[in-house]
Amino acid sequence: MTLEQLGRLSNYSVASATVVLALAFLAYAAQWSLARNVAMTKVLAGGEDVSLEESEVKADRSDAAGGIGFSLTVLAEVILIIGVVTRGLSAERVPWGNMYEFGIIAIAVALAAYLLLVKMWDIDWVGALVTLFAMVVLGSTMLFVYVPPGPLVPALDSYWLVIHVVAAIVAGSAFLVGATASVLYLVKARAERLTPEDQRTGFLWKMPTSGAIDQVAYRVHAFAFPIWTFAALIAGPIWAQAAWGRYWGWDAKEVWAFITWVFYAAYLHARATAGWRGKAAAILALVAFGTFMFNYIGVNLFVGGLHSYAK
Amino acid sequence: MSDTDTSELSPLEFLRWGWRQLTSMRTALSLLLLLAVVAIPGSLLPQRGVDARAVEAYLNDNPKIGPILDKLGMFSVYTSPWFSGVYLLLMISLVGCILPRSRVYYRALKARPPKAPKNLTRFPASIEFVTTSSPEEAMSAARRALGRARVDVVERDGSHELSAESGYLREAGNLVFHISIVVVLVGVAMTALFGYRGAAIVAEGDRFSNVLTQYDEFGSGALFDRDKLPPFSFNLDNFSATYQVDGPQRGAPLSFEATGTVSDGVDGADKDFSIRVNHPMKVGGASVFLVGQGYAPVIKVTNPNGDVVFDEPVPFLPADPSYTSNGVVKVAEAEPEQLGFQGFFLPTFIQGNDGATRSAFPAPYAPIIGLFVWHGDLGLDKGIPQSVYVLDKSNMTQYMDDKDPKKGYRVSLQPGESQTLPDGHTIEFVSLKQFARFQIASVPGVEIPLIGIVLGLIGLIGSLSIKPRRTWVRARRENDSRTVVQVAVLDRVPRVDLPADLDRFIQRMQEPLQLSEEGDV
Repeated sequence: MTLEQLGRLSNYSVASATVVLALAFLAYAAQWSLARNVAMTKVLAGGEDVSLEESEVKADRSDAAGGIGFSLTVLAEVILIIGVVTRGLSAERVPWGNMYEFGIIAIAVALAAYLLLVKMWDIDWVGALVTLFAMVVLGSTMLFVYVPPGPLVPALDSYWLVIHVVAAIVAGSAFLVGATASVLYLVKARAERLTPEDQRTGFLWKMPTSGAIDQVAYRVHAFAFPIWTFAALIAGPIWAQAAWGRYWGWDAKEVWAFITWVFYAAYLHARATAGWRGKAAAILALVAFGTFMFNYIGVNLFVGGLHSYAK
Repeated sequence: MSDTDTSELSPLEFLRWGWRQLTSMRTALSLLLLLAVVAIPGSLLPQRGVDARAVEAYLNDNPKIGPILDKLGMFSVYTSPWFSGVYLLLMISLVGCILPRSRVYYRALKARPPKAPKNLTRFPASIEFVTTSSPEEAMSAARRALGRARVDVVERDGSHELSAESGYLREAGNLVFHISIVVVLVGVAMTALFGYRGAAIVAEGDRFSNVLTQYDEFGSGALFDRDKLPPFSFNLDNFSATYQVDGPQRGAPLSFEATGTVSDGVDGADKDFSIRVNHPMKVGGASVFLVGQGYAPVIKVTNPNGDVVFDEPVPFLPADPSYTSNGVVKVAEAEPEQLGFQGFFLPTFIQGNDGATRSAFPAPYAPIIGLFVWHGDLGLDKGIPQSVYVLDKSNMTQYMDDKDPKKGYRVSLQPGESQTLPDGHTIEFVSLKQFARFQIASVPGVEIPLIGIVLGLIGLIGSLSIKPRRTWVRARRENDSRTVVQVAVLDRVPRVDLPADLDRFIQRMQEPLQLSEEGDV
């Protein structure tokens, strides 16, 4: 295949992956809505209750929809990986040299993290949020920041591109999974406070307890934070020292990487501080993810600076 | 604490109260968040330390709000009193947190695991089972299953009790992480105090000597002696740039390289050098980085008598990826009036349908300069340092077009061409050179923050992954054939999957034991 053909194949793959993700999201949404009237435990109060059977059928349908969602997410991931690999082949370099490529590979890694964690900790309950977010990011990178495959700008031509950017991608993907878990923690914790025992029906009550969700969120963040520390505060400064002659220069990207780091540090501290545990900590994690996304979108497109490799 | 009436405290008590407030976790957390918030303006507004020219441009464009923001320190956020204030408070709070926790940790290291509480089955993660093995066997099985924990076994009131504590390294990691943040901050301060950094534009064929006057920008730490710049110099012989010539990324830069000769010391021998992006040159304790490039047309101005009054390469600063560049030529020796030119340079000009010229490619395939001309006083004698890239037009008048007096008189030249100006001077675009923008920096002690942050990362990983756990086992012989074993675990960081961990522990522990037919009680 020629480089142009590979580039086209990559574009088609990324577009197809977006469509498949949309279908996966619909399946996950169906998983939620089909479970609307399903109670927490299938057997509510023994006896000849007709609605019980109905409820069981619905629960089965809900599970089936969830299974379809998972399979479609696997399919989307496979197609997306093809898209990322062919992109790298067509540009003849690592496929993370600009904003578009960072977006698609970060989503590929985030989906991989999600699929892995479904296998490890059964976290398919974040599926709807993860696929929705992935679909939106993929779709908008294609629409707004697409660039044809090409060579790297000289400033990026360094092995630190692999070390620094891969660490940022891995951390960012884990932050995404952590953020979805934090959102669901907030939803679930609120529901646990406000919903009387006898009204606890629907998908929300098939999910783990808020405590278990909080723990998933914490573990993912605790995994991501050291990697982010490495990406933003070790690998970044070493490369900056080699490329620009200063290891830290308060470039807009650096400032926001630092802000993200501080917010995640605050999240980890908040979980150990009376009065901040739970809700406040989860909100901090979401704000932190917001600063990460602003660094990716806002700083690249609107602020500029030394790191502006957006296009 | 907040309900304490501080007015009745003695000064010492007040200090102690203030210290406790400052070093409390809640305050540390608030300061951390505050630090993130106060860092934001510096990323949205231009900063003097990063790009002084952008600050001047911002002040020009925003005459009303600009000076107010300037007074607030918004253009040098990271050296402003309020930013420094927040981070100094955070430092103090950090130290105030580290010291007592180190003391507590030191004591904990020497202490034995806490005695088993009376009723182990009251713990949320606890279990009771029956074995035919002896209590001693149960104890040794538990000990083996615990692995590397610190374990105490005692016999009390006829029952064997085991207390174990593991995960001491978690707090060690925590302390290492926080201490290394202090190391990083101290290291950063040191490199800033003893280091220097400057930037210089050097055209092909020109020589740079490492003295203050040769720098366009220069900044150094308070403890750096500006007269002690290491003596070195280098000659930029050639600058080469390559660009993608076809495909959708046409015009994208591929490589930049500056080559020439360098001599270290006052009279060192000349050695060849090559500087590329990401590949600086080390000389005289400093590093020379290639951070920018552009074009420097060689301009010659001749007066009506034929004497050359100006002849040198003039750097035009690139404004976009296709190197549409802007520049200023100041001819101070023109008489009777000084001349000033301001305009653009295009490396490969094309004429659009609207008649406007623009640059189509960054390499110089069809270079052109277009200049407007002013005459009068350049203002160079006022004693105020002037930027070479800004023309002070306050005492100058623009030459206007003969046919259309609303339009400025224009000079438009390709290499080798010349044009005679209304006052009889002649301007010639002699040839085209490239310039390189070098950053020259010395950062002594840069290893300190690096070592600090690497240690910090190791500590951080430890503090996030190690589980601090207490385990208690109590075994009591009930009659000759059965031993009742109670096990409880307690995590000092609450976790929901503790029961699962307990199950795994029990499995490991029960392996060598003879379980009673009764099984779990």
